[in-house]
Amino acid sequence: MTDTAPQPAKALERPGDRIFAGSARGAGITILLTLAAVSVFLLVEGLPAITADPADIAILDGNSFTVYVFPLVFGTLWSSVLALVMALPVAMGIALFISHYAPRAIAVPLGYIVDLLAAIPSVVFGLWGAVILAGGARPFYLWLEENLGFIPLFAGPTSGTGRTMFTAAIVLAVMVLPIITAVARETFLQTPRLYEEASLALGATKWEMIREVVFPVGRGGVISGAMLGLGRALGETLAVAMVLSATGIVTVNLIGSGNPSTIAANVALSFPEASGLNVNALIASGLVLFVITLVVNSVARWIIDRRKDFSGAN
Amino acid sequence: MTMLDSTPQRNAYAANRLPGYLTGVLLLASLVISWGAFTFFRPAGGEYEVNLALVLLWAVVIFGVIQYVASRVVEGPRQALNRTVTLLVSAALVVAMIPLTSLVYTVLTLGVARFDLDFFSLTMRNVVGEGGGASHAVVGTVIMTLLATVISVPVGLLTSIYLVEYGEGKRLSRSIQVFVDVMTGIPSIVAGLFAYSLFALIVGPGTRFGLGGAIALSVIMIPIVVRSSEEMLRLVPNELREAAFALGVPKWLTILKVVIPTALAGISAGVTLAIARVLGETAPLLIAAGFTANFNFNPFSERMMSLPNFVYYSYVAQGTIPEAYLDRAWAGALTLILIVMALNLVARLIARIFAPKYGR
Repeated sequence: MTDTAPQPAKALERPGDRIFAGSARGAGITILLTLAAVSVFLLVEGLPAITADPADIAILDGNSFTVYVFPLVFGTLWSSVLALVMALPVAMGIALFISHYAPRAIAVPLGYIVDLLAAIPSVVFGLWGAVILAGGARPFYLWLEENLGFIPLFAGPTSGTGRTMFTAAIVLAVMVLPIITAVARETFLQTPRLYEEASLALGATKWEMIREVVFPVGRGGVISGAMLGLGRALGETLAVAMVLSATGIVTVNLIGSGNPSTIAANVALSFPEASGLNVNALIASGLVLFVITLVVNSVARWIIDRRKDFSGAN
Repeated sequence: MTMLDSTPQRNAYAANRLPGYLTGVLLLASLVISWGAFTFFRPAGGEYEVNLALVLLWAVVIFGVIQYVASRVVEGPRQALNRTVTLLVSAALVVAMIPLTSLVYTVLTLGVARFDLDFFSLTMRNVVGEGGGASHAVVGTVIMTLLATVISVPVGLLTSIYLVEYGEGKRLSRSIQVFVDVMTGIPSIVAGLFAYSLFALIVGPGTRFGLGGAIALSVIMIPIVVRSSEEMLRLVPNELREAAFALGVPKWLTILKVVIPTALAGISAGVTLAIARVLGETAPLLIAAGFTANFNFNPFSERMMSLPNFVYYSYVAQGTIPEAYLDRAWAGALTLILIVMALNLVARLIARIFAPKYGR
């Protein structure tokens, strides 16, 4: 007598299955190819700017590409860091207000408003910053120059238009605020309720509870939100291009009339009129921006992943 | 023999607390002090207007200091710090609302000046100074956004299906996840440069047309669609898939007829939000699609205007009558904000109305 062990049932492969699975896979691979294409095309179009003789590239002004791009890199990092410094405390305050201070009836609509603000196009922020904020903030800059002029940041002389690095940084701060707030709020809300109640039961005040319980849980979220905001600020183009009157110098003076430009704004301003090798130089500077944002975002991801394992939130 | 202390104890819970009404009283008092100080100390002679913003700012500062001192004396340093932090948190909200209300207010008030029929029916062809409109920009925005949607949604949706249904634990799936993250972080202007380089190599340098703009927008849009659809597909309960498999339904039909319909509300809401996001993108279109003052209905040749670039260009290239150009820019900004807000509302409505109802 022979045992006929039942064959393990094998799923029937239908043509529909193959086609569908194949196209889903194909779409995924398309994304990988697109990203590869972005890097390759930027490299191919950008390399001539670095290999060619600087004398042939008008916008380099006879200098090498590195000399050309350095003030732009400085301006990009400087404006973004300033924006982050201004936006981060405010964003954390709003996130805390929504997650722990406001009653539910206010917190939910506030959350919606913050999400809506993230959707306002950057060109609108740019228009507002250039037309309204720049003029409105000028008295403040004059005051700063008069009273805090001994600090190099506010050395002045104050720009007559108000279209300074400070104004650009404020506009960037307003733009990244909703992003940081949204991420920080989500992580603050994930604090285990029991921890909060235990802390309060031990006699902690609300602030002590937040400091001891909410912040440790939310730290990873705040850091990654800040990095995402930084990434957005680094790549922001139009708001800076419209607000900043840039002269391409390197200075930490926030309120003067000479300001460093940023990579993205410089590309936007120079590209429409550029031709020949100038285009390649601009594309190469775009490649530099791509690398910078890539590094910032990777650091953000790394922090999130590292925190994920032992934060109470997960 | 020790004497038991027999003095009556005060209520330990109510003791050492500032009364609740004090906050309101203090706030009012500091407002009065601040207002008084500003009207009392003034430059001699001439017109003098009290700066309301400064009065409010100082009122809050005075309030914070008095409250801290009072609380520290009565309640102790811990409560005093707690009260100050509460004040700071509320102040953060107010500080953030100032630029945002200013923005919305200016766009609304300045935008209505040219928010008329002409604005949506005329182009900028041969217009110098007043008049003209943005209909060519509206047309361009609609065409390029639609093209970008047609490219991004199938790719994005299929990728998310692969990630959720097929790729579990595979290496390809993990690398797609990583690269979608990377793609999310691409600055929009770099997406524009990519599309430009692509067509510069294929067609020839200096090519700017609608399709290039659409490709640049797709690079931005695809990761957003992938992320939101993936999240929605993961929310579909496994029981539904298993029930379908148990009835002998092939996997691809299960996905098409069970999984996607269940997640459809969320997916369409996500796609709507992605459209709202790319609709406001200026930089990539500036690079890849260029400016024009004319109608262009053909995305495969010639430059194509878009609404955000109309706003930008009106501001940057102010002609003989700057006010007319600025008015048009504000009207364009108002249109953009209205469209984006409407799309956001639609997304919320879709998500709420068509959300699958589990159970009974």
